[in-house]
This record gives sequence, structure tokens and C-alpha cells, in this order.
Amino acid sequence: MNRGMFGYLVLLAFGLVAPFVIYPVLMMKILCFALFACAFNLLLGYTGLLSFGHAAFFGTAAYVAGHAIKVWGLPTELGLLAGVIASALLGWAFGSLAIRRLGIYFAMVTLALAQMMYFLFLQAPFTGGEDGLQGVPRGKLLGFVDLANDINLYYFVLAIFVAAFWLIYRTIHSPFGQVLKAIRENETRAVSLGYDVAKYKLLAFVLSAALAGLAGATKMLVFKFATLTDAHWHQSGEVVLMTILGGMGTVLGPVVGATVIVTLQNELADKVGSLVTVIMGSIFVICVLLFRRGVVGEIAALYKRMLGEKA
Amino acid sequence: MTEIFGIPIQAFMGQLMLGLVSGSFYAMLSLGLAVIFGMLNIINFAHGALYMVGAFLGWMCLEYLGIGYWPALLLSPLVVGVVGMLIERLMLQWLYKLDHLYGLLLTFGLALILEGSFTNAYGVSGQSYSIPEELSGAFNLGFMYLPKYRAWIILASLLVCFATWFVVEKTRLGANLRAATENPKLTQAFGINVPLMVMLTYGFGCALAAFAGVLAAPAIQVSPLMGSNLIIIVFAVVVIGGMGSILGSILTGLGLGVIEGLTKVFYPEASATVVFVIMAIVLMIRPAGLFGKEK
Amino acid sequence: MQRKLLSIALAAMLIPAANFAYAQAKPAAKPAAMKISGDTVKIGVLTDMSGVYSDLGGQGSVIAAQMAIDDYVAQYKPKFKVEMVYADHQNKADVGSNKVREWYDTQGVDMVTDALNSGVAIAVSKVTQEKNRIMINAGAASTRLTNEDCSPNTVHYVYDTYALANGPGKAVTKAGGDTWFFLTADYAFGTSLEQDTSNAVKANGGKVLGSVRHPLNASDFSSFLLQAQASKAKVVGLANAGGDTINSIKAANEFGLTKNQRLVGLLTTIIDIHALGLPTTQGMMFTEGFYWNLNDDTRVWSRRFFSKHKKMPSMLHAGTYSAIMTYLKAVQATGTDDAATVMKKMKATPINDFFAKNGKIREDGRMEHDMYLVEVKKPAESKEPWDYYNIKAVLPGNEAFQPLALSRCPLLKK
Repeated sequence: MNRGMFGYLVLLAFGLVAPFVIYPVLMMKILCFALFACAFNLLLGYTGLLSFGHAAFFGTAAYVAGHAIKVWGLPTELGLLAGVIASALLGWAFGSLAIRRLGIYFAMVTLALAQMMYFLFLQAPFTGGEDGLQGVPRGKLLGFVDLANDINLYYFVLAIFVAAFWLIYRTIHSPFGQVLKAIRENETRAVSLGYDVAKYKLLAFVLSAALAGLAGATKMLVFKFATLTDAHWHQSGEVVLMTILGGMGTVLGPVVGATVIVTLQNELADKVGSLVTVIMGSIFVICVLLFRRGVVGEIAALYKRMLGEKA
Repeated sequence: MTEIFGIPIQAFMGQLMLGLVSGSFYAMLSLGLAVIFGMLNIINFAHGALYMVGAFLGWMCLEYLGIGYWPALLLSPLVVGVVGMLIERLMLQWLYKLDHLYGLLLTFGLALILEGSFTNAYGVSGQSYSIPEELSGAFNLGFMYLPKYRAWIILASLLVCFATWFVVEKTRLGANLRAATENPKLTQAFGINVPLMVMLTYGFGCALAAFAGVLAAPAIQVSPLMGSNLIIIVFAVVVIGGMGSILGSILTGLGLGVIEGLTKVFYPEASATVVFVIMAIVLMIRPAGLFGKEK
Repeated sequence: MQRKLLSIALAAMLIPAANFAYAQAKPAAKPAAMKISGDTVKIGVLTDMSGVYSDLGGQGSVIAAQMAIDDYVAQYKPKFKVEMVYADHQNKADVGSNKVREWYDTQGVDMVTDALNSGVAIAVSKVTQEKNRIMINAGAASTRLTNEDCSPNTVHYVYDTYALANGPGKAVTKAGGDTWFFLTADYAFGTSLEQDTSNAVKANGGKVLGSVRHPLNASDFSSFLLQAQASKAKVVGLANAGGDTINSIKAANEFGLTKNQRLVGLLTTIIDIHALGLPTTQGMMFTEGFYWNLNDDTRVWSRRFFSKHKKMPSMLHAGTYSAIMTYLKAVQATGTDDAATVMKKMKATPINDFFAKNGKIREDGRMEHDMYLVEVKKPAESKEPWDYYNIKAVLPGNEAFQPLALSRCPLLKK
């Protein structure tokens, strides 16, 4: 088996034993954000579209899934599915609008549309506004696995993550993924080759939104509530940071970025308070100026260089 | 008590006036964004944060140095302008050859740094800044009270916007600026120092934001978060108006402020989202924006 | 290669499967009922350290909590250690809730207090119930904590929106302010306060003409106040607190609202009066839970607090102190930190200290105690800094709060 596969299996093994060494709730939070970042990376790293409003999908799925489970009484799996469908639909709506502009305008449009969702959530009665949608029961998986137990829930979340990650991996390495990369590299040439670029972009957007929604709905399940923080533009900025820090355009980059950022926030929140925002901002600035390939990107480049020298 | 469309005239005119005030801020800030974008091709996400810094500097001048409102109106934009120029020289200039998105990301990071630092130092709830003596009180127009300070905001911002438009469109400096935007290499060949112009432009844009901040300080709470909510609306304004012309940005800003104010009268629940809804509609009918040119 | 991958993956699945089976077979270990876990009682103070409510609770609550712990250990010399941790919830339900969950799971915190901000408090109350610890809420106001969201693990200690509403709701309406318009903070606390005050106004013959919601920590109240003016109500009720109340009052003065309409700050504390000054606030009437200048006991304690915090205590500060004392006494009396046992002891013990007179914790978690209807002094009447209140009436505990019979708490057996 090749080195890549081995690497993934090592990570999987770590994931399997992690809850016994690390606080499971923290691990689940990392997994959810890693999924969010991977979904985002599909759009940024592989299609070249910077969306500054992905928190809208994260939050929408969280609220819809929470509402479905708490108020409509849907079983957990169907509740999550409802959330994913909601964010996919929203992704289709926002994507269709945003794709009409390119580059920076695309980013601004996504930001503005996400902010609109934020205000809708603030006012809609079913979300609980500032109080949030609270007390969502975790339910039982397939009717008998009690998810109130943190360990059980952890393996469920891990399974979701692995499945979604595999889906993203396959998408990236498929013909569809190749077209996306072509669009990122040179959109005009892709058009001249006869590809319906708008359709590909929209599809990538919807997929990214749906998986971001899955991440949001799962996170909601872990913490048993959905709040405005999930849909706030700070959340959109954070996922951009995770992807860039980890390395956009790499498969594992977002996972690394998410792990670093979530852990950092967890450790520092008590000690330095609002300086966490300053640190996030500084990491952004440093990454953009000096560290554009991100952690995984730099390691890969280093590795290639070492191999190149040896050859 | 007279009524317009079933709303007491005092409430209607009051909200209209508040709408004009908001519109003035939208106009000033989108103007700054347009000027910077025109020259640097960078969307300055830090614009909102610099607006906040401008307001805070005005407050700090009063609090720590005893410097009043009128000097602060000049001092604060000056300081922020210099800071802007430093940002341009030290950080932004390395990004011109790269994808424009990096500029957005860098300025986003800067916005976070500024917001976080001030939150850390002063907390999230606002500091108050009193209205200067000369401008406090209100004009009793009979059908409504018009607070003097709000009238001043509208006047000052119109003056500044007009002055900027005049410089850019009608003076030689402005002509050089526009030439440098269209064809930097050729302009440089004519002996005009393009990098200097770029730096000064960015500094000017930041100063404009800071001026808006000082103007806002007596009217609303000076808080570290005051810029971030505003900047996103300004982005929507910019998308609606298109960044092709200065006049376009000013008109769009004012217009949207008024529309928002009227929405508050007739349908208050929608007032927070009306600008975004309009943006969505404009995107569907005229993607380049109302005054934009297809690029 | 695919087959190899599959077999390894399947083998890897055995690990969680084994653990799953193990976890089902053996119930999770519980600490023995009659002991104090780790011989340490840990108290968590969850508050707003830097936001719109930071002056009402914040650093002052942490100071009050430390005072309580120090005084208790010095006076009662318990066999167990008492420790405190504190955190800033930033007025976000998710931040507060996650922090408390982490405290319970990884740091062995037994009791959480303050928790001002009703949205946060309701979220924390649920986590507390899930993890079977105790929350003694000294900071939040919403009556939901003892009604819809009541819990056997939560005590609502200091004040609530019902008590706040009834004082001015009755007094101002009866004095001629019979049409009201509300400016409401748009979350659990504001809506709760608006609801309770509306009920009080209507019960006393008044009418509610309308209301407008504003976001928490709003920066600009002008458009909301315009709507209040347009309503032509005689009274504008401010269903908000802390920084929001202060800013609403300032803006109201700027727009000339106070010339024609009466402002009632429904949750006002001495901290807000100090920030606004007597000239602006004289004559205001509202319900308070504590006044430092009430009697010798309150004066002695408050001056000690003042020497540490440099400001006089709000009812949240005094309440946090009293809550911790009550809790620690119950722990020592029962010899355990098991939530149900301690709660039972607390509900069976009357409370009479400098903070609470005729205090009793009811079945639904509500702590009844005497409240005060206060009026702000005119500047000429005030003899020293912080001497701001005239006590108009004492509202006895069993009348000030919502009667148990009307409670919507699902736990009460009907």
C-alpha cells in the first residue's frame, strides 16, 4: 500500500483512540470544524472561489436540524438529513446569485447574503434569536444507540466525518474535480474548451454548502443547541482562516488548520480573552504575506524539495 | 396631527432624517472603498475597523488629551491616514502581483487585529462621546424636531463627498490618479510617481473612513464593533452601485440609507435586511451594478 | 489493495465496538453518595466580564464570590477545601454553556453561580440538569427559569422579571401613567420583563399601546425612541438593563422624549444611577433587591466590598455572596456535594442574612425574599456619594414574587 493510504490509516487509528486521551467534546468540535473546512476547501482550494459567507450554511443546517429534532420529533438521522437538505437548497439559491459576479464581487455577495441570513435568524421566532435554539435532545442512533453518551456520539461523529471526507476525496480525484481545478487555473480556457463553467461552479457550490451544513448540524448535535454564533460572519472568517492556515488546495490542509485553530481557541479563550481575535487576525496576515501555501502546503513543498535533491 | 400614509408626520420625517444620516455614512464609506479599489484593486475589509479607530481616536483625544471635537475631526483622519500609508507600504504592496483575493484576506486579518485590540482594551459596550456644545439641541421645525448634530452629519458628509468627487474628476491631481489607475506603466513613464500615488490614495481612503468615524462618535456609542456590522452593509451598497463611478457610490449610499429609513417606518421588521434583498434583486437584473461598467 | 484496506478498516472498527459493548455493560461510575468528591468543593462564577452587563456582575461578582469563600472558611473551618474558577460568557449562550459543560466534565465544578444574562442562564441550567450539579442563579432575570425552564438543580436566587415588573408596574400605573410603550431588549430577559410588566400594568387598569425590540447592546437607540414618541404613550418602559438602559436614557434626553413622557427603567441598579447621575434620574421608581445604605449590616458588608471593588455593590454582587454562603452551609451540614441532597437541605433552610430577609427557597427553585420599591433621590437630598435611594415600600417575599399557584413549572405536582 502506498504512503498516502498509510498516512490516512494512521490518522484514522488516532481518531479511533483519541476520545480516551482527549476530552471527547473537544475532539468532536475539531471533527465538525475539520469537516466544515474541508467542505469550504472544495470551493476555495479546488474551484478557486472565495466565499465569505459559508457560515450561513453552517448555521442554517444547525437551526433546521435542531428544529426538526426538537420540535418535529424527527429521529436524529433524519434531523441531520433535513439540515443538510436545507443548506443544500440555500447553497443552490445563493450560488445562483453569487456566480453572476467574479472574484472579489463574488466574495462580497456571499458575505452580504450570509449577513442577510444572520438577520433573518435573529428575528425569526423559531430560532430563539439571541437565546438560541436550546435543549435539543441527541436521541438514539438507529433507535438503540444512546447518543447522550459522549463516547457513542464521538464514534458517530467520526463516522460522519470519515464518510464525508471520503466523498470529498473522491470528488477531487474525479473528472468533475479535474474540471474544477481547470476552472481555478484558467476559467477562460475552460470555457473555450467547451465546459459549461457556470454549471460546474454551481454544483461545486451546492456540494460545498451541503457538506458545510452537515458539519453544522453535527456540531449542533454535539452541543445540543444552535445559536447565532454559528451564522455570524466571524464564523465565515474563521473557516477561511482554517483553510488558508492548513493549506488550501491540499486534501488534509483544512483538517490541520481546523485542529490548530480550535485547539488554540480552546486553550487561549480563558487566558487572553478578546486577544484571541487579535491572534486570529495576525495569523491571517502572516499567512497571506509569508505562508501562502499553509502548513500542509509548506510541508509538501519541503518534502518534494528533499526528494528532488535526493533524486 | 397630520399623517402621511397613516403614519404621523413626525415619525415619518424623523425616520427619513435618520435614513439620510445612515445614507451619509454609507456614501462616505463606499466612496472610500471605491477610491481604494479604483487605484489598488483591493477591497479594503479594514475600512470598517478604521472607521472604528477614527471614532476611538476622537474619543481618546477628548478623554486623555482634552482635545475637543473640532481639532479631532482633523487630527484623527490625519493619524489614521498615516497608519494607512504604513499598512500600504509594509504589507499591501507585496500583494499587487497576486490574486486580488489576497488583498481582501489581508485586510480582513487587519480588521480582526484592530477589532480585537480595542475590544481587549475597552470591552464591548460603548464609550460615550458628548455632542459638542455648538451642535447640541434641535431645530423645532413645527412638524418635527431636527437634532442639530444629525443635520451637521448630513451637511459634513455631503461636503466631503463633493470635495472628493471634485478632486478626482476635475483637478489635475485627480487626472493623474485616474491615469495611474488605467495604465500604471505608461503613467510612470510620464514621470509621475505611481507608487507614491498609490500609497497616498490608500492613506486618503483610510482618512475618509476615520473622518466618518469621528462624525459618528457623538451620535452613536463608540464601540469596537461599530465598524463590522456597518462594513457588510457598505459591501452590499458597493455591489448595488458598482464601483465604476464616484458619483454612483455617493448616490447609491444616500439612496439606500433613505430606503432603509422608510422601511423602518412602514415595515420595521425588514429594515435590517432590505439592503441585502435589494442587492439580490440588482444581481438578478443588472449584475454589474446600477452604475457599474462591465469589466 | 482495496481488500487489504477494507480488512484493516474493519479490524479498526473492533476498537470502538468493543468499547461500546464495555460501556453498555458497566454503568458509568458515580461518586459515592455520601462523600465530597476530591474533598474539594469547586464553585464556578460565570459572568459577563467585558460587555454590556459587566458593571452589574463582572469583576464585582468574582470579588463578592471570593469574599464569601474566604469568610466562610474563616468562620466555619470546614474539613473540605473550597476553590473558585470564573469565566467570561461574553453574553453568548454557546460560550457560557460550553464553558460550564467543560467545567463539569473536566474540572469537577460542583456549583455554578451568577450566570447573568437570561439566555446564557437558561442554557446553563439545562447543562446543569444534564450533569446533575447545582446552579444558583444570582444574575439573570427571566421568570422562565422557574416556569417553563425550571429544573430540580437550579435555584433562582436574587430577583426576577416578575418582581421587577410589579413594583413600578403597579405604582406608576396607579399614579396616572396608564398608557405604556415598551423598548425591549430582544432576547429572553427583555421579552420576559415586557410580558410581566404588561400584565402588571393591565392588572392595575392601564393599557399597553405597543412595543419595539432592539438588539442586545444596540449602538443607536434613536429610531426606536422615535417610535416610542410616535406612540404618544404616557410611560415608556425600558425592558433592558446595564449599558442598554444607560444609553436609552441618554438618547431619550437627547431627543426630548423626557419632556412629554415618563421613562421607567424596569431593571435599574445603583450602578446605572451612578453612571447617569442624579439630575438625569431623580424621581425614577423601580424594584431593587438590595441597597447598601439600608441598615448597619448592609453598610458594614458593603463598605468592605467597596474597599475591594471601588464601587458599591449591586444586588447581583450581594446576592452572589449570599448564595455561596447558603450553598457552603448546606454542603457542610449534609457532608456531601451530591446535588439532590444539598438542594433538599437548601430548600429546607430559611435564609436571613444581610442580603435576604425572610428568605425561602421554594419547590420551583425560586428564592423568595423581601424586595424594595425605591425612588431616586433629588440631588439636594443626597448626603454622600452613592446615597441615591429613598425606600418607598418593602415588598414582602411572599408577595413580591409570582405565587407558586400560578407557576407553569412542569416539575410541580398538580
